[in-house]
Amino acid sequence: MAKSMAAPKSKIRESVGDRIFVFAIYVILSLVLVVVLYPLIYIVSSSISSPAAVVSGKVWLWPVDLSFKGFQTILKTPLIMTGYGNSLFYMSVGTLISVIMTVMLAYPLSRKTFFGRNGILMIVMFTMLFGGGLIPTYLVVRELGMIDSRWALLIPNAIWVWQVIIARSFFQTTIPSELVEASEIDGCSDWRFLASVVIPLSKPILAVLVLMYAVGQWNAYFDALIYLKSDNLYPLQLVLRSIIIQNNSAGAMDISVQVQRAQLAELLKYALIVVATLPVLIIYPFVQRYFVQGMLVGSVKG
Amino acid sequence: MRSHWQLYLLVIPPLLFFIIFKYVPMANAVLAFKEYNVVKGIWGSPWVGLKYFRMFFDNPIFWTLIRNTLLLSFYQLLAGFPIPIVLALMLNEIGNGRFKRFVQMVTFAPYFISTVVMVSMIMLFMAPRLGFINVALQYFGFEPVNFLGEPGMFRSIYVWSDIWQTAGYAAVIYLAALAGIDPTLYEAAKVDGASRFQKIWHVDLPGILPTITIILILNVGNIMSVGFEKIYLLQNSLNLPTSEVIATYVYSMGLLNANYSFATAVGLLNSVINLILLVTVNSLAKRISNNSIW
Repeated sequence: MAKSMAAPKSKIRESVGDRIFVFAIYVILSLVLVVVLYPLIYIVSSSISSPAAVVSGKVWLWPVDLSFKGFQTILKTPLIMTGYGNSLFYMSVGTLISVIMTVMLAYPLSRKTFFGRNGILMIVMFTMLFGGGLIPTYLVVRELGMIDSRWALLIPNAIWVWQVIIARSFFQTTIPSELVEASEIDGCSDWRFLASVVIPLSKPILAVLVLMYAVGQWNAYFDALIYLKSDNLYPLQLVLRSIIIQNNSAGAMDISVQVQRAQLAELLKYALIVVATLPVLIIYPFVQRYFVQGMLVGSVKG
Repeated sequence: MRSHWQLYLLVIPPLLFFIIFKYVPMANAVLAFKEYNVVKGIWGSPWVGLKYFRMFFDNPIFWTLIRNTLLLSFYQLLAGFPIPIVLALMLNEIGNGRFKRFVQMVTFAPYFISTVVMVSMIMLFMAPRLGFINVALQYFGFEPVNFLGEPGMFRSIYVWSDIWQTAGYAAVIYLAALAGIDPTLYEAAKVDGASRFQKIWHVDLPGILPTITIILILNVGNIMSVGFEKIYLLQNSLNLPTSEVIATYVYSMGLLNANYSFATAVGLLNSVINLILLVTVNSLAKRISNNSIW
């Protein structure tokens, strides 16, 4: 704290009131840090403590009796492993479909010579304001025969309007219209221009789209809840819900680990949270700027 | 001029997506005025006028649902809206050092936690016997509390866990707006001998007011659509008196009880109120401050 006080923003000596003010801000922000970090550390510490320590409330901050039993149990539970595989599948295939569809819509909408672009944009934006609702949408998906199939998680929510808006405004600002005109004179087709000029120039926005769709798909559970019936199609989030929130650990566990099941069941919950969240949280510091970028590109237009 | 048939071809699949998954459901919403018949389908089913709307208004649960939805939303708005602004203003005061970047990184992180994991954490921490909050309460000699079984606690649990999760994320927009404030204004404030607090009050806040207005419009526009996903997971038979909102009711009536027409009517009513709210707030903001989303 003292160090920060010694380096005020301006060279001019700050008044006592201002110093106290800044000091108070440091204290409050430190408290915020503790409040945000503590639950996260607690989860991780619990997940690598011994089952007995977790159940008896011995874990406060750091792991007690280091053990990896929770993770071993996860590896031995077919339901969880299937869920993990399913989630990886939904995330990769879903993201691919979503990004392609978003670019297919956003790029033409960014071209000034594209006749009817305002009309199409209106059609797309209006869906942000009003929707048919849960049941009417469900009936469409049922009509298409997608209930209890993997398609139900990949198609009905493939395009997010917000992503179209930020991709469109990126294309508008980064692809100069002179470039388009020059390519037309050279006889380059629109598709080739998109594939060999626009895409290579748009890596930052593609990163934003991929990351946002991927995280969204990895974290989603609602579509799976309403459209899927067979548990071999369940994404990890739904498996988590049944084990942690509905407390169905009995069915999820192998008979060979029934010894000390109650304790292990408790430990398993912490380990599961870590396993489901860690991939996202580990890449997050490296990709944070893309998310910030995505938010800001979109908000420029308001 | 050359024709751009290739561009039109590109747009067709995404447009089909919007027609099939957004506009057909809007048309399907006529179900609210019909008696759904599985054999005849939506369009063949007989008209029943406002029967299902009346059924909803006459149902004693109507006022409970409206009350629960509005109370939860307003609580969320009152507590959740100012905190990211305050967080951004505080971060803006401490320069661009390591500490600032670290706080920003840490507070942004919970945004990436899924709803299922978030609710799982709440349940583990607040578990009646093993949760660390109750372990701590007992340690200090208090009686353990079954937080999730108390109807009176539901709203606070929902709102404050949401703030924990999204305040850092929401602050990013305000931080960007703060970075865009004309530096000469700060010079002028300094010359005038303004204290840090006066500078925040007279330069920072007016500078980010347009952003604040727009975010407020968007939030008010969402008042009727409090997040189904999290409420549904937090719900149990004990906290139902405060946790049942319109969205969860539509789900249980429609998909669990297969009462399609009734659930569609309730959902439609909700969407229409939402749209009216958004349009009203937007035009109000336009008139008062010249900031609007369209």
